[in-house]
Amino acid sequence: MIVKFTTPLKSLSLAAMLATTAAFPAIAETPADTFVIARNTADAITLDPAECFEFTGGRIVANLYERLFLFEPDNLTKLVGGIAESYEFSDDGKKITVKLRPGLTFHSGNPITAADVAYSLGRAVKLDKTPAFIIKQIGWTPENVDEAVVAVDDTTVEINILADMSPALVLNLLSAGVASIVDMKEVQKHEVDGDMGYAWLKDHSAGSGPYKLKTWKANEVVMLDAFDDYRQGKPAMNRVVIRHVAEPSAQRLLLEKGDVDAAMELTADQLKGLSGNSDVSAESYPKGYLMYLATNMDHPVLSKPEVREALKYMVDYDGMVGSFLDGQYKIHQNFWPSGMWAAATDTPYNQNLEKAKALIADAGLDADTKITIDTLNKSPFTEVAQSVQASLKELGIDSEIILSDGATLWPKYRARKHELIVARWGPDYSDPHSNADAFAHNPNNDFEAKLTGKLTWRNAWPADGLTELTDQAAAESDPEVREEIYAKLQKMVQEDSPFTIMFQAIGTFGQRANVEGFVNGVTSDQAYYKTVTK
Amino acid sequence: MSDSSTLQRSGVDFRPYLEVARKIGGGIVMLILTFIGLTAITFIIGRIMPNDPVVAIVGDRASKEVYEAMYLQLGLDKPIWQQYLIFIGDILRGDFGSSVMTGQPVLEDIKRFFPATLELATIATIAGIVIGVPAGVLAAVRQGTLIDHIVRIVGLLGHSIPIFWLGMVALLVFYAKLDWVAGPGRIDFFYDGIVEPVTGVIMIDAAMAGEWDVFKNALSHAILPASMLAIYSLAYIARMTRSFMLDQLNQEYVLTARVKGLREGTVIWYHAFRNVLVQLITIIGLTYASLLEGSVLTETVFAWPGIGQYITNSLFNADMNAVIGGTLVVGISFVFINMLSDLLYRIVDPRAK
Repeated sequence: MIVKFTTPLKSLSLAAMLATTAAFPAIAETPADTFVIARNTADAITLDPAECFEFTGGRIVANLYERLFLFEPDNLTKLVGGIAESYEFSDDGKKITVKLRPGLTFHSGNPITAADVAYSLGRAVKLDKTPAFIIKQIGWTPENVDEAVVAVDDTTVEINILADMSPALVLNLLSAGVASIVDMKEVQKHEVDGDMGYAWLKDHSAGSGPYKLKTWKANEVVMLDAFDDYRQGKPAMNRVVIRHVAEPSAQRLLLEKGDVDAAMELTADQLKGLSGNSDVSAESYPKGYLMYLATNMDHPVLSKPEVREALKYMVDYDGMVGSFLDGQYKIHQNFWPSGMWAAATDTPYNQNLEKAKALIADAGLDADTKITIDTLNKSPFTEVAQSVQASLKELGIDSEIILSDGATLWPKYRARKHELIVARWGPDYSDPHSNADAFAHNPNNDFEAKLTGKLTWRNAWPADGLTELTDQAAAESDPEVREEIYAKLQKMVQEDSPFTIMFQAIGTFGQRANVEGFVNGVTSDQAYYKTVTK
Repeated sequence: MSDSSTLQRSGVDFRPYLEVARKIGGGIVMLILTFIGLTAITFIIGRIMPNDPVVAIVGDRASKEVYEAMYLQLGLDKPIWQQYLIFIGDILRGDFGSSVMTGQPVLEDIKRFFPATLELATIATIAGIVIGVPAGVLAAVRQGTLIDHIVRIVGLLGHSIPIFWLGMVALLVFYAKLDWVAGPGRIDFFYDGIVEPVTGVIMIDAAMAGEWDVFKNALSHAILPASMLAIYSLAYIARMTRSFMLDQLNQEYVLTARVKGLREGTVIWYHAFRNVLVQLITIIGLTYASLLEGSVLTETVFAWPGIGQYITNSLFNADMNAVIGGTLVVGISFVFINMLSDLLYRIVDPRAK
């Protein structure tokens, strides 16, 4: 199978030329060619794609570097070629041969070659920082990665899959920030004691993305300059400035005043407050976090299928979304967040207490059964647990809420010592396998197996049948067949599992009315400054 | 035959100079002892914090090999006294290590964040002295009158109003509505980087470079946050001045002076106030030093890149190098200001000479 990507037109350069370089305006308005964002950047600790795994840093890295494959803002669920022009799977599905787009250059002017790709992926695996696990799943280790990713000639890369994994899944993994392609020559120039440029890349950029790093002053400001020779044409905004503003109220003032073009951390209340101001608008985008209620299958009564089904009919979805979750979460009842490829978005469950009562009538749950609900001691987990508690009460079941901080709650959860738990889960990378692995895969349910990274195991659920299907989906190379399997898996988890998936988080921000094209997707890799116009 | 007599015979009396030298020497010994105590405490705090310095650097998904390599690199395998000596040695060489959070050497970070705090703290303290001291004196002299009540109420408010609330209201009024001053941040980004940092205090750097646009912009940004801190410092200084003055005004020498028919101004400023000065210097020194710690709340509300935010963020990120470096700098500035106060005592108090 050969897939060919078309090259987008260089349509943005005209806009860039028209944009004036108005310096030092006296009025409180950002320059026409500059996009200014207010954001709490305290989480940013590095801009090295091999290490960066934070929200702020991830968004910046996504604009400094390109990956072989990525998602474009016009369709966030369709994987397309970034610096890859085409790819070909081998017949056994163990090898991907990637052809690079010709004539591309890095910010430095160096041409992008297959050697850069091999170096970049090898570098990420060898440095072995936090996000390296994403591509190490392909079976790569610091020892074997040089043989696994090979530059055949200047524009051809051979990618060998050393794990039992489909090449289609590998393409998605290669769209993660950790798989960004760095400028080998530039990085090597700044290598100190064989650190592969680790010290230098932390606060410098050597990529081919639409923007290059001008300055990063931690906890103060990040400035990006447009890359003149970007493959899709120079972006309209000559400069992007991300100002560190920790306080949401200060962000709102700056936005309403016009000192920034977008404010990323406005609360739901503040966004409502913006409705009277026609100069600004409230925007939202889907986030990857799912809020769910889970049942420990070791519990003699709660584990019964009819009880678990009753829980799904018991939850007051609309009530919560209509009140304290308003603007922060939306109803979502599948294990893969909407806005991602292969996500199922149906929401068949509504609160139906009659039906729930009927379901538990014969389950042996009575007034003497007292159950516990564990959750985090912070909003909105506490409120969600209280709503669940109130619904249980309506079914005639008494429950007790146990609030803990993460340091206490997660070890308890991983030791299977909970009964019901209200918790949150977010994907690590842009492929449904990330969540299927957690919600639908459990090769060994023994306590001694300690598969604590899987929610199935934590809830003592063997996931019979689903485990095999998850493996099958991971190994399947035809994207359409994969999509079908994930649809099936999502339905199965929705209908019969220990999980009542309830909500998906929504990201909200405010922006000036003249801003267009500021696209934000589910993952940090999907934040686009290149399409912004004012 | 003692040395001093030898010196005396040469015709010049060196004894006062020796005395001064002895005091300076004593001061330096005190400084060194304080420094050792300070480093020991920050070191111990850094070690007993219940977080893993290795995990803070390599992340919690790191492999065992990576973890162990970093463990050895940090010297955590060595005995604790040896770690302390290495720590002291590094500090003496000006090496506080690198911050996990910013990726920069901690010293570089401090050079960037501390001047921002210094700028605000200095403006606030000067305002505190210029307004607070006369207000306090006036309140004491006119005890029980309307002026006294106003000073006392302002003093109470300045100490009890939450600064983040006051800061927000001030922003809303003076920045958003009236447009008199610039908003949160230290400088508008299009002025950023125009002036080469020399002192790190943007206003001074801009004035030295003759970039008055930059100066004006920086000043416009600094006015509100500095005012917030100034309200805090002047409230405290005014309250203390008032109570010190009241003490003095009830003394017999004041009565004597008045009976002698001296002018009231002379009695207050020349006699009573001079006796208050020593205590006042202590208070002002302490206020200034505490402002130099950085005010996390003010810095957060005004998006001010100061040392308070830096240390707090470092703590949240378990970035111990940065926390220890920041704490040491704050500690050293305390010691330094204390010495400065000592020096001032000697000037204003004849007994201390």
